[in-house]
Amino acid sequence: MRLLRIVPDDTKFDFMRFRRVSFPISAMLSIIAIFLYFHPGLNLGIDFRGGTLMEVQSKTGPADLAAMRATLGGLNLGDVQLQQFGADTDVLIRIAQQPGGDEAQRAAVAKVRDALGTNVEYRRVEVVGPRVSGELLSYGTIGIMFAIGGILLYLWFRFEWQFALGAMIANVHDLVLTVGFMSITQIDFDLTSIAALLTILGYSLNDTVVIYDRIRENLRRYKRLSMPDLLNSSINSTLSRSIITHVTVSLALLSLLLFGGQAIHSFTATMLFGVVLVGTYTSVFIASPILIYLGVGTTRMGASEPEPEPVGAVPARSAAGPRRTK
Amino acid sequence: MLFFSRWKVVAVLLTAFVVCLCAVPNFFPEKTVQAWPKWAQRHIVLGLDLQGGSHILLQVDVADVRRQKVEVLRDDVRRVLREARIANTNSVRGNTIEVKLREPNDTAQALPKLRELSQPIGGLLNTTGQRSVDIEDAGGGVIRLTLTDAAVLERTRQAVEQSIQIIEHRVNDLGTVEPSIQRQGADRILVQVPGLQDPKRLIEILGKTARLDFRMVDQSMTPEQALQTRPPPESEILYGQKDKQPYLIEKRVLVSGADLTNAQPGFDQRTNEPIVSFRFNSNGARRFAQVTTENVGRPFAIVLDNEVISAPVIREPITQGQGQISGNFTVEQATDLSILLRAGALPAKLTIVEERTVGPGLGQDSIEKGKLASYVGSAMVIVFMLATYGLFGLFANVAVAVNVAMIFGVLSLLGATLTLPGIAGIVLTVGIAVDSNVLIYERIREEVRAGRTPITAIDAGFTRALATILDSNITTFIAAIVLFFIGTGAVRGFAVTLGIGIVTTVFTAFTLTRLIVAWWVRQWRPQRVPI
Repeated sequence: MRLLRIVPDDTKFDFMRFRRVSFPISAMLSIIAIFLYFHPGLNLGIDFRGGTLMEVQSKTGPADLAAMRATLGGLNLGDVQLQQFGADTDVLIRIAQQPGGDEAQRAAVAKVRDALGTNVEYRRVEVVGPRVSGELLSYGTIGIMFAIGGILLYLWFRFEWQFALGAMIANVHDLVLTVGFMSITQIDFDLTSIAALLTILGYSLNDTVVIYDRIRENLRRYKRLSMPDLLNSSINSTLSRSIITHVTVSLALLSLLLFGGQAIHSFTATMLFGVVLVGTYTSVFIASPILIYLGVGTTRMGASEPEPEPVGAVPARSAAGPRRTK
Repeated sequence: MLFFSRWKVVAVLLTAFVVCLCAVPNFFPEKTVQAWPKWAQRHIVLGLDLQGGSHILLQVDVADVRRQKVEVLRDDVRRVLREARIANTNSVRGNTIEVKLREPNDTAQALPKLRELSQPIGGLLNTTGQRSVDIEDAGGGVIRLTLTDAAVLERTRQAVEQSIQIIEHRVNDLGTVEPSIQRQGADRILVQVPGLQDPKRLIEILGKTARLDFRMVDQSMTPEQALQTRPPPESEILYGQKDKQPYLIEKRVLVSGADLTNAQPGFDQRTNEPIVSFRFNSNGARRFAQVTTENVGRPFAIVLDNEVISAPVIREPITQGQGQISGNFTVEQATDLSILLRAGALPAKLTIVEERTVGPGLGQDSIEKGKLASYVGSAMVIVFMLATYGLFGLFANVAVAVNVAMIFGVLSLLGATLTLPGIAGIVLTVGIAVDSNVLIYERIREEVRAGRTPITAIDAGFTRALATILDSNITTFIAAIVLFFIGTGAVRGFAVTLGIGIVTTVFTAFTLTRLIVAWWVRQWRPQRVPI
């Protein structure tokens, strides 16, 4: 059987040349994303804004959105949004936070139930009071900060500080672009979005760490290779892995997006964007070249060792490590 | 890297096998599993988003707790000073009771008495050095007693404890299956009830304080007169629960719901109307007998949470210590009221601050969709791995299959909750888990290209890739841990499967994949690596 070779064996693509393009592009995209964050801004779901969300299913054929809108509009509940959700019998109702604290939210739900009567099945009812929504938002923000801090600390222990900083810049870049994506698509930003952001954080770093690992290894081995060449060689030798892994992750996410149902639709869409589109690009075009600017490898120059051939990976003679008897 | 001692092989296979075995109870119907020994019954719990149910977060009203506590303190102040025969007036402002002694000279005598009211927080055994009341001599015969925040916090904590017990009682009486009631933070209670068709009744039962009082109706004026002028100082206007009519009710409580020993729903023998019959303890029975004897012919009121349920006229002394409440109930209302009365009153008001209910229909749909997405996703990954790595792809697929089985095993062992995002976490793990194999295989490819023999290439590939695998997985693991702590419900389920998935992935990469490849190398003595 002939096996797939996604990346030819001796690929030597000059990724470093692109840093003069990729850095400005990323900076521009980040600025756009930040702009989008303020306008139109994230579409905060009820987890963070408080209010009521009801998913109802019409028992009598397709739901009549116009009629429902008229019925609920007459209840004097302020901002009520209706939206088809998946099948044409399913409707998602969003009711803005009612003035008057936690009790008022409950009263609103009761009113809607009375108005819609027994022709619909209540598939989901979520009511989040003002106190809880405020807390959830601050927990979410603190959580992301903690995750970034924890990962930074870990990378600092395992690598030199330049790597930790480089990974962090790349990571914040990922998060900013993803937040921009959520702003422009107006995906509901709720607790699962925080979960998606944290996952993106984890996996985008996963990719970066794999390349960094190789860079570190090569730094020890090729003492006199210029930094751009060394980075290029490191990226090229991990390229096949990066692509294959991203294919498998995309396959998994794609299947969740297509078949996993409405409930996790925005969750998987966000991850697909963050992990697959942004994460891959960042590890190659941002996280690696940034090491040059952070001064990695400047102290090695002038080392007296002979220069081995930087082909493929490891020359067989030097790296036949002792057989471990674990 | 490719050599395993015999006992190590046994240990690895045994671990994998036992962990996978833990997943077995999930594939049998609950009835069957219940017949098994206790240790074999551990299984995955489906989250409320999958089996349907209600997640309700209640918060103790701290302002209510504080008000009650200040009220009690004021009563104590009055009592202490009365016993000491010290004339005074007092007023309440926020947490502070200001006592003005008529004779400023009494201050020296009053202070030690009032100091006795301040108790160490946490009881005598684990005292924290804080006290319940700050006492300040403002001079000129004015003494200020301020309830400390520590005292309010302690009382809030007690209120939460008591409320949990009462709520447990109420929820169990509703006949629900496996409700979970937990404290959350200092002042909250999380109630999770699976598989409920209609959470409305549950919510009504949870939200009620259920303070039942028997009080006399004040007949010195009509309620209308009292509304127009003002009610007598010892009485207040309360409204009927059903008829919304005003009643003039004395503030003094004759007998309270705390003196009830039992309450049952039933039917009135003559009118066949649903009623709640109750029984007092001996103290309550004595008080009730005394009051009804003294007040034959006058109406008294049964008051629940400041609403008048009914105000019947006492026809004859009730000395048996039992009675019945009728108030135009439906059967369900009578049942619910008796549940509330049996469980007792909540020590403070509870507010519902968050409710999430998923109907059983949506839950079932989510299970179906989660399953479909898992199958399709796994199938695509498996085919892709086979196409890319052939035989080694098959090894990777075996490792992933064991990996997923182990995730289920660990979830069962922990009795963890599986949610829809949790399923997404497992599917994602399938996509990510093969990454460890990809890292190893790509490294082997490189080593082969660098001119190594198959066996040394494979050996070096494993050695170098494993360090990377560890590094790259720990970052995601950190994210999963953070998510576990900040997430609730469904999101926490995702953090759990993600975290467990990372651990099992690292385990299979370090042991199982190596074992399989080592076995293959020994069996076939390959001349070239087929990847």
